[in-house]
Amino acid sequence: MSVRHHISDELLLDYAAGTLSEGWSLAIATHLALCPTCRRQLDAMEGAAGALLDKISVEPVADDESWQRMRARLEGSKAPQPESKPKPRGEHRPAAVIPEPLRSYLGSDVEGLKWRALGRGAYHIRIPTDDPSTQVRLLRIPAGKPVPEHTHSGRELTLVLSGSFRDGESVFARGDIEEADDDLLHTPTASEGEDCICLAVTEAPLRFTSWIVRMIQPILKI
Amino acid sequence: MSLSIHIGSETCQNETLAIIRRRSLRRDIGMTQPNSPKLKGGDVDPAELARLLVTVGESRNVEAFEALFRFYAPKVRAFMTMKTKDRQAAEELMQETMSSVWIKAAQFDPDRGNASAWIFTIARNIRIDAYRRKRPALDLDDQALMPEEAPQADRELEKAQEAKLLRNALATLPPEQQDVLKMAFFEDKPHSAIAEQMGLPLGTVKSRIRLAFSKLRDALEDRR
Ligand SMILES: [Zn+2]
Repeated sequence: MSVRHHISDELLLDYAAGTLSEGWSLAIATHLALCPTCRRQLDAMEGAAGALLDKISVEPVADDESWQRMRARLEGSKAPQPESKPKPRGEHRPAAVIPEPLRSYLGSDVEGLKWRALGRGAYHIRIPTDDPSTQVRLLRIPAGKPVPEHTHSGRELTLVLSGSFRDGESVFARGDIEEADDDLLHTPTASEGEDCICLAVTEAPLRFTSWIVRMIQPILKI
Repeated sequence: MSLSIHIGSETCQNETLAIIRRRSLRRDIGMTQPNSPKLKGGDVDPAELARLLVTVGESRNVEAFEALFRFYAPKVRAFMTMKTKDRQAAEELMQETMSSVWIKAAQFDPDRGNASAWIFTIARNIRIDAYRRKRPALDLDDQALMPEEAPQADRELEKAQEAKLLRNALATLPPEQQDVLKMAFFEDKPHSAIAEQMGLPLGTVKSRIRLAFSKLRDALEDRR
């Protein structure tokens, strides 16, 4: 089954340009692992960036000094050994449910996760990042139940990893990503028959507070 | 906008590159000529750039690398300057980028991308590191990666050709769409900041981005 809900061009552009912060980027990169279509879009965007790089017109400067520095560096650096060939994909191992880079953030695939109860049969895991502007969590929603605590302000990304959820007329299954913002009123509900596991990235609710904490952290040494 | 990037029609500098390549085959490997020809701006055949990069990756050929350096170093330095505004810092980041190109050249896969796009991603990642940000990246060798449905044949030709199509398609974009892309890629601004700086509604910037990429996608698909 192929992915039906993709990343918007503007978000993928921010990711391609490297301006998207870590929390959002984690959802984008994980969607890319599950979506060859968006990988091709990313290639096209990086291709466009390369074409723009080619077109940068530069003043005629003598680069000899720069080149001499570079040469000195090359001589200092040993020629690297060719990388060992990557292992053929999926050898003897069942494919993981959770793809990279998310799997490394979680430290394991689904079966090794330590869920914390959220109430009403739902569970979550907070995923630590160095990005104070976002909150990143893995959610497990019981079949047929709505996503709990569903109030947010600003942008929200939800990426389905297993099971599916319905939001209005749309169904989101493995690999599908939902991009929501303030003005979208929505009530995602896990489909019947299977729990839904999804990655949810939202704007950090206590952004201002955490900013203060970071300011005083060095003083308090906490 | 203080950017001076000109997207014009193809002007052929392939000859210059060919001269540099021929020099690269001479015996005096390693002797830098003070007056050696330099590639400045303009259009160079993407297939030629890819071949040079592959040569560096396969045989650590210093003269092939010098040709790449003389073409890309000023561009990467200019790219870095747009963010740092500091020439010395930009020079350091450029040196960092180009030495990374030397070290990683063997990883460049002409079936997966073109040389300029690949070097852009290295420069971008160096810049992200320099500002101590994190960008979780895709692992193309991950067992959970959903593979392409239909692997395309003749990829190498395709990628170099794609680079040309993108160049030409970029040149036909309206200036306001080009500006948004340049601000995103070069000035290191997310689309929300671009809207703010340009005094435009967010929706306007989004639609410029969508229009730009739908045109670029069309250009790539026409060929198939
Ligand atoms: Zn997609």
